[in-house]
Amino acid sequence: MNRMPAALAPARSRTRRRLFALTLLTALAGSLVLATGASADFWTPESGGGSANAENIDTLYKLILAVAVVVFVGVEGMLLYSMIRFRARKDAVPAQIRGNTRLEIGWTLGASGILVILAIVTFVMLDDIRNPPNSDADGYPTQRIVNVQNASAYQPRPPNGRALNVEVNGQRYVWRYTYPDGDDNILNNTFSYETLVVPTKTTVTLAIKAQDVAHSWWIPKLGGKADAVPGHTNFTWFKVQRPGTFRGQCAELCGRNHADMLAKVVAVEPDEFKTWLENKRREIDANNKAAEERRKQEAEDTAAGDSPAEDKSSVESETPAQDEGP
Amino acid sequence: MAATDTAVLVPEITAQRVEPPPRGWTSWITTTDHKRIGILYLVTTFVFFLMGGVEALLMRVQLGTPDNTFLTPSTYNALFTLHGTTMIFLFVVPIMAGFGNYFLPLMIGARDMAFPKLNALSYWLLLSGGIVFYISLFFSPPEAGWTSYAPLSAETFSETSGMDAWIFLIHLTGISSLIGAINFYATIANMRAPGMGWGRLPLFVWTLLTYAVLLLLALPVIAGAATLLLTDRHFGTGYFDQSQGGDPLLWQHLFWFFGHPEVYIMVLPGFGIISEVLPVFARKPIFGYKAIAAATVVIAFLGLLVWAHHMFTTPSATIVLVFFMISSFLIAIPTGVKIFNWVATLWRGTVEFKTPLLFAVGFISVFLIGGITGVFLAVFPVDWQLHDTYFVVAHLHYVLVGGSVFAIFAGIYYWYPKITGRMLDEGIGKWSFAFMYIGINVTFMIQHSIGLEGMPRRIYEYPDVGNLALYNLISTIGSFMLGLGVLITVWNVVRSLKKGVAAGPDPWKGNTLEWFVESPPPVNNFDVIPRVRSVEPMKDIRRQVARQSESSLSPAPAGSPD
Repeated sequence: MNRMPAALAPARSRTRRRLFALTLLTALAGSLVLATGASADFWTPESGGGSANAENIDTLYKLILAVAVVVFVGVEGMLLYSMIRFRARKDAVPAQIRGNTRLEIGWTLGASGILVILAIVTFVMLDDIRNPPNSDADGYPTQRIVNVQNASAYQPRPPNGRALNVEVNGQRYVWRYTYPDGDDNILNNTFSYETLVVPTKTTVTLAIKAQDVAHSWWIPKLGGKADAVPGHTNFTWFKVQRPGTFRGQCAELCGRNHADMLAKVVAVEPDEFKTWLENKRREIDANNKAAEERRKQEAEDTAAGDSPAEDKSSVESETPAQDEGP
Repeated sequence: MAATDTAVLVPEITAQRVEPPPRGWTSWITTTDHKRIGILYLVTTFVFFLMGGVEALLMRVQLGTPDNTFLTPSTYNALFTLHGTTMIFLFVVPIMAGFGNYFLPLMIGARDMAFPKLNALSYWLLLSGGIVFYISLFFSPPEAGWTSYAPLSAETFSETSGMDAWIFLIHLTGISSLIGAINFYATIANMRAPGMGWGRLPLFVWTLLTYAVLLLLALPVIAGAATLLLTDRHFGTGYFDQSQGGDPLLWQHLFWFFGHPEVYIMVLPGFGIISEVLPVFARKPIFGYKAIAAATVVIAFLGLLVWAHHMFTTPSATIVLVFFMISSFLIAIPTGVKIFNWVATLWRGTVEFKTPLLFAVGFISVFLIGGITGVFLAVFPVDWQLHDTYFVVAHLHYVLVGGSVFAIFAGIYYWYPKITGRMLDEGIGKWSFAFMYIGINVTFMIQHSIGLEGMPRRIYEYPDVGNLALYNLISTIGSFMLGLGVLITVWNVVRSLKKGVAAGPDPWKGNTLEWFVESPPPVNNFDVIPRVRSVEPMKDIRRQVARQSESSLSPAPAGSPD
């Protein structure tokens, strides 16, 4: 018991020097980590190869980071300097200053100025982040967004009003995607689970809903999160230029398997998307037909008793052929 | 202000009979003495802090390697719910009340709190809240996070009684804090020493006053929301159930209308402790007393107007997002002013590297990071990426560990001599600081990057992609350093009870009135309450004593030049 305090209580200046050395060491170790982990994600959110809104958020983030680094270095530098320069020495006399109004006003205005600039930059960049652009001319032919049941002022639309509007439904612990088919009846639409297949060069708008508890839609490379809240419809969009696979997962605690509620967006060429959609349609129809026959069979076999189980076979066979991306 | 003439000090009460000081454990459970209640608060909340710390370490072990199976998903969810709830409702908020209980009357020259019995009630309600909550461990602890978002907290999705234990914790600790807040307010408003106008109130007392007002404004909201949740769960109402015409977002609004002021409830008294410690060890008056006091009040006011910045990703109109971005920006200004004033307090002082000062300076350097990352999160398009990721976990821990916990440790090292009459060991204290300072930075700095890599919070496992495995391992190692640093202080506190050097009434040459009385202070605190003539009454008193002893030493007053 007594051994440690003896070891721990060296001359005061030694402790101080040791503390300083320790701090320096951590800083060094920290910068080493920085150097090795110098992938882009160390400093900035995931971006690159995804959608323009993610790119713009990334740019905005970098601008704030630049300001933050300046403020950080400035304040920490002043703090460290005053700690070292004004440490207690034998003949040092502390200056009895109680304040300085001009200085107070100065740094209040300085801080405000920085924040005003950040706000302006945000407003300038906001439009490109919040509002989707038109699809490219060679994108997938889309229709006007119509099937918004909870018509909402917040739904961002491209200037020409046309986009592939997919309904995203969060349910424990899987995402369900309903693709538009041109009519108002959403019950007969093509759908898929977990993997959302989209055409490239086409603006995809998402109407996000929740089935049970709150979830949050998030594919980092395709822009920010949008919470799925029961009773509400949330919106976001993305537009992918090149084929690829983008992964994400539910970002709002939704229960025990929250960690396993994964999402994947596979972007394919518009032609490929068209075939995929048709195949998917056929697959669903075939499954429905099989299920119907099975139900009929079961109803005939067992006159009463067991309720026909919800058919999930269409859910199981979900993985599209173009799973692997570019 | 009753301008009583205290130039001639006349004892107000004549003692007929002197009771011996109460002893034994019954004296502790029946006490209404603010100092004993303060000690009960401090010890109890620190025990809860250690429990919350163990919960955090268990989570860090689980996350130390990818796809780990150390904990089951339900245990993990229970752990982060317990951890968050414990640290906020059972540690940071009430430990500030503990410091307040002990030092508020001493600092303003009062003999006790305004309502001593209510004060005892506050403490026992807090303890009952903690017990009710932790008893759920033996049944089925809550799993919906400390935020308990509806509908996850509804009966359909959290059918166990753990959720109800959480609600009762909110009610019991809420009533405890409300009573405490009324008590603080009444004490500060009515029981200040003669001469202590609002402009001479110690800054810690200013922050306690603001803390009390914020508690009074914010707590009824969460108490009401928790009651609605309770009736939703058991009495068939549907306030948060969209299928019955309710709205899950209502819970989020009510929760954060309380939840964000709660952040300032937790950190403002910490600001107060820093504002007391820095001038003492820089041997210099606090820079910009009025600016710091004003900034405290402005932060509290703005803190009531920023709640929806926790909800940027919910369906919201752009104008709402813009409003809450701007209001969150505004709050950065008074916070920045405080940081600048603290640095300026050190400037041209003579800084003594005692442990309380190290924790105070550590606080500034770490809290600054939490403040800066807060600006990232206030910019709502950026928040859309960062929200609910480990970036936010890093941010809030820089604010609450770097902010509140470091301030609490500064307070422990600064005031321990007053409470016990003995000094904490400086060497051990510095080791504790070193481990905690390095620990917090190793743990939480890397979590920014974990979040930027796309790892959401509150997930019990993650796949081995990118650098997540390495980053999480670093964070886990850091968390154990932090834990070791805390344990070193626990050891220091226990050890110094017996072995510490005798402190005397004023070991640091403090500025405020608690250093006027013996350590530990007598039951009645002050036999004579000194008249306060400035914001640093102890400086005046020391000067006066020096002058008197000088004049008594030199018998010929004619010899003095002035």
